[in-house]
Amino acid sequence: MSKHILTERIEQAHAKGRLALIPFLPGGYPDKKRFWEEIDQLDKNGADIIEIGMPFSDPVADGPVVEHASLKCLEAGVNLAWILGELAARKGRYHAGIVLMGYLNPVLQYGLSRFAKDAASAGAHGVILADVPFEESEPIRAAFDPEGLALIALVGLNTAPERMELYGSVAKGFAYFVSVLGTTGVRSSFDTGLPPEVSAGLAAAKKAFGVPVALGFGLKRPEQLAGLHGLADAAVFGSALIRHIDEGGEAAGFMKIWK
Amino acid sequence: MKKGYYGDFGGQFVPELLMPPLLELEEAMERILPSKEFQDELASELKHFVGRPTALTFCPNLSTKLGIKLWLKREDLAHGGAHKVNNTIGQALLAKKLGKTRLLAETGAGQHGVASALAAARLGMKCTIYMGALDVERQSLNVRRMRLFGAEVVPVESGTRTLKDAINAALRAWIAEQRTTHYCFGTAAGPHPFPLLVRELQSVISREARAQMLEQAGRLPDYVVACVGGGSNAIGAFHEFEPDASVKLVGVEAAGRGKPGDWHSAPLSKNGTPGVLHGMRSQLIQTDEGQILPSHSIAPGLDYPGVGPEHAALQASGRATYVNVTDDAAIEAFLELSRHEGIMPALESSHALGWVLRNAGSLPRGSHVVVCLSGRGDKDLDIVNDYVAAQGEGK
Ligand SMILES: Cc1ncc(COP(=O)(O)O)c(C=O)c1O
Repeated sequence: MSKHILTERIEQAHAKGRLALIPFLPGGYPDKKRFWEEIDQLDKNGADIIEIGMPFSDPVADGPVVEHASLKCLEAGVNLAWILGELAARKGRYHAGIVLMGYLNPVLQYGLSRFAKDAASAGAHGVILADVPFEESEPIRAAFDPEGLALIALVGLNTAPERMELYGSVAKGFAYFVSVLGTTGVRSSFDTGLPPEVSAGLAAAKKAFGVPVALGFGLKRPEQLAGLHGLADAAVFGSALIRHIDEGGEAAGFMKIWK
Repeated sequence: MKKGYYGDFGGQFVPELLMPPLLELEEAMERILPSKEFQDELASELKHFVGRPTALTFCPNLSTKLGIKLWLKREDLAHGGAHKVNNTIGQALLAKKLGKTRLLAETGAGQHGVASALAAARLGMKCTIYMGALDVERQSLNVRRMRLFGAEVVPVESGTRTLKDAINAALRAWIAEQRTTHYCFGTAAGPHPFPLLVRELQSVISREARAQMLEQAGRLPDYVVACVGGGSNAIGAFHEFEPDASVKLVGVEAAGRGKPGDWHSAPLSKNGTPGVLHGMRSQLIQTDEGQILPSHSIAPGLDYPGVGPEHAALQASGRATYVNVTDDAAIEAFLELSRHEGIMPALESSHALGWVLRNAGSLPRGSHVVVCLSGRGDKDLDIVNDYVAAQGEGK
């Protein structure tokens, strides 16, 4: 079986001697026009995979920064049809792998199999649904699999090895390890060296998943990346990028710091 | 059927980070809840602390007026002034057995917050309550009560600043604090096992009411009527009557002002559609695009855009019927019961009563109707006064 493109993108970064970089931006942030300019910049400046947030009114896995950004996008009229339509119009333009990240309900209302088809044909390679644990994932994988769309698991410090194995047995693309027991944008629990429980959790995830493991939640400073080499395969940034943009920065400048 | 499902509804739609505490709770429900030791302790707390059994009160004056036999199951007499304590004392006991030292809870009207805070105080636990900032303003009496019981009240400023957002905040906090903290969910909704756990703990309402009807009336009721917010007092009032095919179960949702296009809190009886929110698949008030819409009711405890999954299933199977009444009907019922029976109901419970008052004429004459009077109305006096004053000005 050929490798999933998301796996490939991460391995290509490794071949260059670095961790893969995975920035996250809510679809339509900071506004509907600038969003796609920022995505271009992320792609041109070293993003290996780009996560596009699908805004939801009740994002329970997100902290205030992502929640506020998502609600702003909803107010501006962002919806799944817009994200998928605009993405489809840019198909083939990005080197980076594309992952859509959000919550189940908007996807269900769009129609699960219609979403799978439209997302794949718009050029998305994977989907993270923050409120879908293994127990509820079967129908979703059944809709995604035929389209080659990976359902990416989010596991963390409290995920027992047996549960990692469950996720590992069906994983495609990559897996996402959450560095803290908390929501997105929480205070980073470490500076340069990883706390022992995070290293141990990452090691367990690496063992359980046949696909690369990305570390996310709470990454704020580039110095943190040094401690990840050999433990994680990729690093995800969300709130830090949103803050950078809120402070008047652009994605290109953000990526330069991290690369 | 799949674990945690009621027909097509229910489930566990939460981040993986919340699965370990939910699995821990499931395990505790199987192991600890049925044990004799736990059941004895719970029974003792319900009797000596909560004040159960609560009375089943016949209403002579309204019965004559309405041409039916009206009975009230008096959850307003339970400690704290509502049915909520049946749930919180049980969950707090269970949490303590799991070694948790703190309770976390959301609250809308503040009744569940109060019930959680007093249970925590009783069992020597810490307590943090998440409450929408808007609700903090409109239910300030309950905020003061929670603080008196030693709870920390955290106003939630995000989203619609009501119950829905308080649940989001509590779920987020639970992710971080699961090792030491139990999330004492306030209604028969949310991810499995909460709908089941809350039903188990609230079924004491119908267990007592069924026996009391047989004793006091010598027969089962024809109707059991309860208001439905998330659905805990209703599922508690229905559960033991479910096998009694002759007993009709009626859940009353809040229609809000009842003007076309206005917000309401009636996903089952108005235009709700299936979707996923707060860990469950159920009927929701949402846009075509799956964004959750704001809800409205004059009763803060009914102001929620979703409903517990078992109610969605009871509606689908036809075993229970769901209807709605407006703010007006609830206020009228609040005033009528106070005036004619000397009992001041919570505005939430006034919805159940309001449906009976407005529909008694179309029920068979002499029907025995049990209304779950889920709480007392002291907390709502300001709302009722303002409403009546505003109506007076409008005339
Ligand atoms: C007195 C009273 N009744 C009913 C409710 C609605 O909740 P549920 O539908 O879970 O019984 C509340 C909620 O706060 C309440 O305080």
